[in-house]
Amino acid sequence: MGTIISICFAAILTENFVLSKFMGICAFLGVSKKTDTSIGMGMAVTFVMTISTLVTWLINRYILVPFDFVYLRTIVFILVIACLVQLIEMFLRKCVPSLYKALGIYLPLITTNCAVLGVTILMADSDYTNILYPVIYAFAAGLGFTLAIVLFSGIREKLKFCDIPKPFRGFPIALIAAALLAMAFSGFQGLNLPF
Amino acid sequence: MKTTVKKNKVSLIGVLLDGIVFKNPVLIQLLGMCPILATSTSLENAFGMGVAVTFVLFFSNIIISLLRKIIPEKIRIAAYIIIIAGFVSVIDMILKAYLPSLSSSLGVFIPLIVVNCIIFARAESFASKNGVIPSAVDGIACGIGFTIALSIVSAIREILGNGTILGFHIFGESFQPATMMLLPFGGFLTLGFVIALVQFVTDKIGKGGNK
Repeated sequence: MGTIISICFAAILTENFVLSKFMGICAFLGVSKKTDTSIGMGMAVTFVMTISTLVTWLINRYILVPFDFVYLRTIVFILVIACLVQLIEMFLRKCVPSLYKALGIYLPLITTNCAVLGVTILMADSDYTNILYPVIYAFAAGLGFTLAIVLFSGIREKLKFCDIPKPFRGFPIALIAAALLAMAFSGFQGLNLPF
Repeated sequence: MKTTVKKNKVSLIGVLLDGIVFKNPVLIQLLGMCPILATSTSLENAFGMGVAVTFVLFFSNIIISLLRKIIPEKIRIAAYIIIIAGFVSVIDMILKAYLPSLSSSLGVFIPLIVVNCIIFARAESFASKNGVIPSAVDGIACGIGFTIALSIVSAIREILGNGTILGFHIFGESFQPATMMLLPFGGFLTLGFVIALVQFVTDKIGKGGNK
């Protein structure tokens, strides 16, 4: 139990995917103009990250490693993610239309979100021997992504009403706001958990 | 932006200048932010990453341009992903074999070139519409443009955060490096200021041209 809590803390706060590992920046900057769309994006990313980590970890451990195909990992993983995103999209459209309505438009974007490929590769490289931990890590990393993108979209909604010098309008000020958010999150680095 | 288009023929110099300066994939088109932020802690890493991205862009543009009439419209994205992933695996293996220290310091960001938006954008908007030679030139040009942007950001971060450039100390002993610049915070901040500077300059040039 202690391991699970410390994995969650690490993935959500200290090693936040967006703000300390720089993964998923495109989605982070692109889909964060409104809070409700960023919640949708965050949920979709969490969902795909968890399922694709489960599948790719099993493929890596039981197919790629025993048969010495590790050099094909990048190709296999990106294919698996692309197929999974398609499958999830079809499944949701058929079986859970309400969830599909909420996540649908974000799903195709997720194939090229580096946070998803990043978490699968990191987990395949890690030395976890139990399938439980990688899946929990991926889920928590998705939650961390959601936390970061929702906080950031709140900042951006406020930024719209600010009088910003002209060269800084748009992207640069968003990056500087992200810098301040990253500084706040780097405060968690000193967090020492008692387990 | 002077792309001379004469009967569907693209001027190679125009393509080259577009990729490097006028339509710089990072500073003007704002694509491919993840590697820019993540691998810009030192100039050496930046060169390594730049060369890797240029390699992938060059070869994937050539192959996609050669296959542009064969790949069916509907599955083109999947086809691009496979082609790009193939070349990323090649450069990953080359770096692991010949430059293991660079490979380990770039880490997961080498396989993540697969999902770099610049390569997709060039495949979709250029290589799938143009011949082999312009596509190859475009790949090189965008790769150089990416490398230049990455080098600017990482040079600023390395000088301020470590007091060195390519590992050489450029300030005296008394220089106190601002380690903050090497943290994620510094990456976002530096890129924000660099893009603001670019927008300032393009704005000034645009006004000068109109007068």
